Amino acid sequence: MNINKFIYIKLIIILLFSSNILFASDTKLIKQNWSFKGVTGKFDRSSLQRGYQVYTEVCASCHSMNLLSYRNLGEKGGPEFSLDQVKAIAANFEITDGPNSDGEMFTRPGRPSDKFVSPYPNVQASMAANGGAYPPDMSVLVKARKGGSDYIYSLLVGYEDPPSGFKLDDGVYYNKYMDGNQIKMSNPLSDGLVSYSDGTNATESQMAKDVTHFLTWAAEPHLENRHKTGWRVIIFLIILTLLVYFSMKKVWSRIDSEK
Amino acid sequence: MSEHHYTPSSKFGKWFNDRLPLLTLGDHLASYPTPKNLNYWWTFGGILTFCLVTQIVTGLVLAMHYVAHADMAFDSVEHIMRNVNYGWLIRYIHSNGASMFFLAVYIHIFRALFYGSYKSPREIIWILGMLIYLLMMATAFMGYVLPWGQMSFWGATVITNLFSAIPLVGESIVTWLWGGYAVDNPTLTRFFSLHYLFPFIILGLVVLHIWALHVPGNNNPVGIDIKKPSKDTVPFHPYITIKDLFALLIFLIIFSGFVFFSPNVLGHSDNYIQANPMVTPKHIVPEWYLLPFYAILRSVPDKLGGVVLLFASIFILMALPWLDRSKVRSAIFRPIYKQFFWLLVLDVLVLGYVGAMPAEGLYLLIARVSTAYYFLHFLVILPVLSSFEKTEPLPLSISAPVLTGNSNEYK
Repeated sequence: MNINKFIYIKLIIILLFSSNILFASDTKLIKQNWSFKGVTGKFDRSSLQRGYQVYTEVCASCHSMNLLSYRNLGEKGGPEFSLDQVKAIAANFEITDGPNSDGEMFTRPGRPSDKFVSPYPNVQASMAANGGAYPPDMSVLVKARKGGSDYIYSLLVGYEDPPSGFKLDDGVYYNKYMDGNQIKMSNPLSDGLVSYSDGTNATESQMAKDVTHFLTWAAEPHLENRHKTGWRVIIFLIILTLLVYFSMKKVWSRIDSEK
Repeated sequence: MSEHHYTPSSKFGKWFNDRLPLLTLGDHLASYPTPKNLNYWWTFGGILTFCLVTQIVTGLVLAMHYVAHADMAFDSVEHIMRNVNYGWLIRYIHSNGASMFFLAVYIHIFRALFYGSYKSPREIIWILGMLIYLLMMATAFMGYVLPWGQMSFWGATVITNLFSAIPLVGESIVTWLWGGYAVDNPTLTRFFSLHYLFPFIILGLVVLHIWALHVPGNNNPVGIDIKKPSKDTVPFHPYITIKDLFALLIFLIIFSGFVFFSPNVLGHSDNYIQANPMVTPKHIVPEWYLLPFYAILRSVPDKLGGVVLLFASIFILMALPWLDRSKVRSAIFRPIYKQFFWLLVLDVLVLGYVGAMPAEGLYLLIARVSTAYYFLHFLVILPVLSSFEKTEPLPLSISAPVLTGNSNEYK
């Protein structure tokens, strides 16, 4: 009997694990050794700051990040710009506010409490400006794509010439990692496109890495706190479990000794 | 029920208990005679109660910040994740808690199947349990709609559309469910309202479930009737409470692993894209715990047939006490049933797996075979087995379990 049970359980385990292999898609994503991966993962501050620079100088001309405020850039666990830096960043943007007491809308410099300014007034405008394709909001983009950070990075460096015989539609580009291999966004990154203030060499791959880092934080701003709290909770639970285990043994010893 | 009668010692206690015997109830619960050989598969009842309370408490807090409106729901969930103090924790506990709830309920149900806990005199406990399970599925489904992501929207569309298979009135029923001609804001607000209501109905049914349990008392791994209280039983407190607590803590460690270190692994990435009625996701899949039923639904080429089979697969479970006529409860003493039990477990896992795959080619074939086997198990194998199977001799009591064979089996 027990042998049979064992075989069934083995079969089940094999089935569960092999499902991962079957799920995998044909194009393997480029895996990065992200610092935020794993149970003790943390963000790399300087990479986040560089990533914000790439976002704001390159991506932000088409992609909004509606769920973020400038204050988030200075919060713990994020890029951790200083308060003055955050104020300066926000002041670079022009915010439409109002109506004022005369009933008029007016513009003013941004404040840390303001939401990231969108490049387009609405979805329709963004589509009209981009050949009918909607550049998705990037706030939770990393969590909204299978493969997460690795997928975003792979996509950014996945532009290449289409293989011979591949029929590319008008106004689209070939990308190895895009579903269907056709993407409306032209290759956004090229070597030296931004000049990093910390002196890091702005290669295409470096920028892709940094902006992915930034987008991962944007999608999961409390990741560091989550990991840290997780360890505390689990260590607490393990200690409590041990205490309860020994208490249980003690209590049940009264019954077990009766036999 | 209990042998000795508890009387409150204080004057006020006596006065109160004469008017509302709450103190005697507490005594009944604490001294409730429980079989002493219950193994860890029996700890999931307590774990499930914990899960229900956790979902209600976290849900209550989420509802303070959530906005049930098609234009605002998605952003309000993100507001909870970003701006509410420890909102990410509350929401991840709630969303992963649903999965943990189902994990526990499946173990609980399969435990009942293995040890024959649904058999006389426990049929009502079983049926109440199945009703709870049904409501759980409805609650989880509606909860998944609330963040108003792509899978929320399209899942809601697919599932509510099932009712259109009903002849004559189907289309009208779907319109009535939606509150319009498509899944939209009225659908979202009513789902929110019902998602808030159902857990309290579940709570009520849980009380009945436990009440019904306390009439005959627990089944046990050996599956024989025992005298209560006797040498075979222990008082619920402290023996069972501490064992349940230990198992719950182990469960909580696994739960925390999900919440803190991979909170999105059980969800679908498409649900982080705001609902868009103009864009259909490539594969619409429900949450993992509904996949076996999804596989059954899709294995039938005809829509009405699929819906009928889907509901049949759940309601057939309610008839289980009358399909399995074997007098012997525990599978330990049923050598053939034991084999079929594990085959059923495997079958349900296979159904879950193909439910996540596109319904085509080999996957569809496997889904059809597994669906057929699922019904075969309940409608043919169990009734036939009841009369043909040669069961092994039962022990006379838990304390003196050994008549023949090895005694290690049910330790």
